[in-house]
Amino acid sequence: MIDTVKNAQENPDTKQPFLELGLKEDEYLKIKQILNRRPTSAELAMYSVMWSEHCSYKSSKVHLKQFGEKIVKSDVLMVGIGENAGVVDIGDGWVATFKVESHNHPSYIEPYQGAATGVGGIVRDILSMGARPIAVMDSLRFGPLSEPDTKRVLPGIVAGVGGYGNCLGLPNIGGETQFDPSYLGNPLVNALCVGVMKHEDIHLAKATGVGNKVILYGARTGGDGIGGVSVLASETFATTGQAKRPSVQVGDPFTEKLLIEATLEMFKNKLVEGIQDLGGAGISCATSELASNGTGGMNVALDLVPLRDETLSPEEILMSESQERMCAIVKPENIAAFMQICDKWEIIATVIGEVTDGNKLVITWHKEVIVEVPPRTVAHDGPVYNRALKRPINQDLLQKDSINISDKSNSLETDLLKLLASDGISDKSWITQQYDHFVRGNTIMSSPQDSGMIRIDEKTNRGLALSLDGNARFCKLDPYVGAQLAISEAYRNVSVTGAKPIALTNCLNFGSPEDPAVMWQFSETVKALADGAVSFSIPVTGGNVSFYNQTGEISILPTPVIGVLGVIEDVRKRIPLRYKENQTLYLLGETKKELDGSSWAWFIHNHLGGKPPQVNIENEKKLSKLIQTSLKAKVIFAAHDLSEGGLSVALTEMALASGIGLEVSNNTSVDDLSFLFSESSARAVVSIEEDKLPGFKELFKIYPGIEIGKTGGSSFKFIDHFEIELSKLKQSHSGTLSKVLV
Amino acid sequence: MGRVIVDVTLKSEILDPQGQAVLRALQSQGLKQVADVRQGKTFEITFEGAINKEVLDQVEALASEVLSNPVIENFVIRSYEKES
Repeated sequence: MIDTVKNAQENPDTKQPFLELGLKEDEYLKIKQILNRRPTSAELAMYSVMWSEHCSYKSSKVHLKQFGEKIVKSDVLMVGIGENAGVVDIGDGWVATFKVESHNHPSYIEPYQGAATGVGGIVRDILSMGARPIAVMDSLRFGPLSEPDTKRVLPGIVAGVGGYGNCLGLPNIGGETQFDPSYLGNPLVNALCVGVMKHEDIHLAKATGVGNKVILYGARTGGDGIGGVSVLASETFATTGQAKRPSVQVGDPFTEKLLIEATLEMFKNKLVEGIQDLGGAGISCATSELASNGTGGMNVALDLVPLRDETLSPEEILMSESQERMCAIVKPENIAAFMQICDKWEIIATVIGEVTDGNKLVITWHKEVIVEVPPRTVAHDGPVYNRALKRPINQDLLQKDSINISDKSNSLETDLLKLLASDGISDKSWITQQYDHFVRGNTIMSSPQDSGMIRIDEKTNRGLALSLDGNARFCKLDPYVGAQLAISEAYRNVSVTGAKPIALTNCLNFGSPEDPAVMWQFSETVKALADGAVSFSIPVTGGNVSFYNQTGEISILPTPVIGVLGVIEDVRKRIPLRYKENQTLYLLGETKKELDGSSWAWFIHNHLGGKPPQVNIENEKKLSKLIQTSLKAKVIFAAHDLSEGGLSVALTEMALASGIGLEVSNNTSVDDLSFLFSESSARAVVSIEEDKLPGFKELFKIYPGIEIGKTGGSSFKFIDHFEIELSKLKQSHSGTLSKVLV
Repeated sequence: MGRVIVDVTLKSEILDPQGQAVLRALQSQGLKQVADVRQGKTFEITFEGAINKEVLDQVEALASEVLSNPVIENFVIRSYEKES
């Protein structure tokens, strides 16, 4: 029997499965208080998904509000946090919107579909801002490569990211892949999408105008991921927790492609008043958010929703996470034109309701009212928790456990070869080769370059650069410093290509918010990001939080992943990774003895302790300014940022990419080990042509650099220490993934 | 020689984009009365020697661990031919 509002009023004492749906007792009582009666089962379904951690941000809200309070002076921010994705001005009348989202838990259960639908979801987020999606990136984290489960999860996830993006016709322009034991039972899949549009085309998700129609279009609704949002993303994953497994969401990139083209055509013809993609929490989320962001009232006839499975109950339809669906608000006079476009693109579109002048979201099932709620209470006024946070007692011990360099007796050569072959540092071509980098024909740079770069205007050659970075080991040692180092790295990666960083987004992956130690890591991270954005003068345009990333009691390393977007006026002036023969190599920035938390400490000595390298935001900005200033006279030929593995890895990557050797000597004041492996921030290595040297040295007024060597030959020569042939470096660097993954 | 046939299909609640594409193709060919299409795959496994319970148990294990993805697919051991 259908549980109508009338029934709920008449039978107030019916027992309801709120606990099973993930609601706490007091949350259930709050719903009763809001409605002044018990919720119907459909209302309970809506509240439970919308009040889940994943949708309501109930544990993170109190921290995230700093992004609104610590105002970044920015003249490019056009739409801030809160919409589907923030929007920034990128010049010449263009704006860009970009965002990262996690799809961690679904990707563990069904790697291919989990990752594929992660890409699909973030693409629809960008689309619903009115922008044409132009590129994707992905940040992946797995357990050690040697573990059997990594061999199950990694190939599926990579194939899913590639399969969906390639079929959709979006280039994958970069990202990162990391390995750590803490991700073994909980891999991370963070997908980024960037889109562009003209100023006048920005669209916001809201339902205004009484009498306007609510149209659901795209794929039919099936049983996909029911309870996925509330159960999966909001509760700890027990290894035995198979009972709650919802049916897996399956993506269909070809339908998504039609959805993109149809939606952009609707925007172009000004046929939509408001639009929202259907992601987690499906129709519950779309209707309540559209209604509460608009004038407030909406009627929806749920029985009109086209179904793939006729046996679905109204509760299931409300919670279904079937992919490739969108919801639009359309004026009655535009319906015919709207339907014509859907028809042209072979997309099912159905009028399922209309905007009303009340302040209630009313949903009916065969004319019986099953939901009657103030939409704001579903979408925005969920519970807010001020969770306990506590710096872990062993944090001090961890920070005191600095690595002792003197008793490390390996030769520098052995260390370098071992480091290059480690899963974290090794060549990721096995992964990136599965992605189409060049579809749409505007990709200027993609992996293994520091940033992805896309041309957005073929007449002016204006372009965008994007980087996605995070170093969870640094965050474990000091979450505040680690988060700012992540911004620093992404900022630097964008900068070294010649682009000017203008905006940042984030995806925060953490363990259980009910663990005070995790909550402490989270609060430090958010504080660091809000402060960092102010110091870097680049606004945070959006973000995503993923909690409950743990297996049993073991949380993942705190893993904030930072995306930075930059603008380059002319992509032809970009600075690549590859150098030519007979150029002079300079190291920009100061190298300190900072080996704690480094890749060298972890991969060579299995040591994680001490304090991460210092953050120096002013230096990062100076480095960025130096590179931008250099563009005019084109004095820098090639550049590479220094991060994981330090100078030795950066030089190896440049040499292998160029197919040309190099020789360097330690002209710094630090020891040879630190020279090669320290991960001090605000550094880059650049190569300069002979005739550009005077012009280049002028730039030292902005930021200092020292000469370290020359390019040429066929080996990596560290004078007085070692000489390794490039072929040997390549063997170490490129064999790791392909040896394990077939 | 004996033969065992294993049919692997997507679970009924799982979206089948390939089946949907075939459905549209059939309808566009004029077969308007076709309501749904779901596709899957078939494995024909030939054994040396007779098919006995032990072999079938092995096939059952193989079907759930290797031939199908238990998260999204079902399988049926459809038929087998005894040694001829």
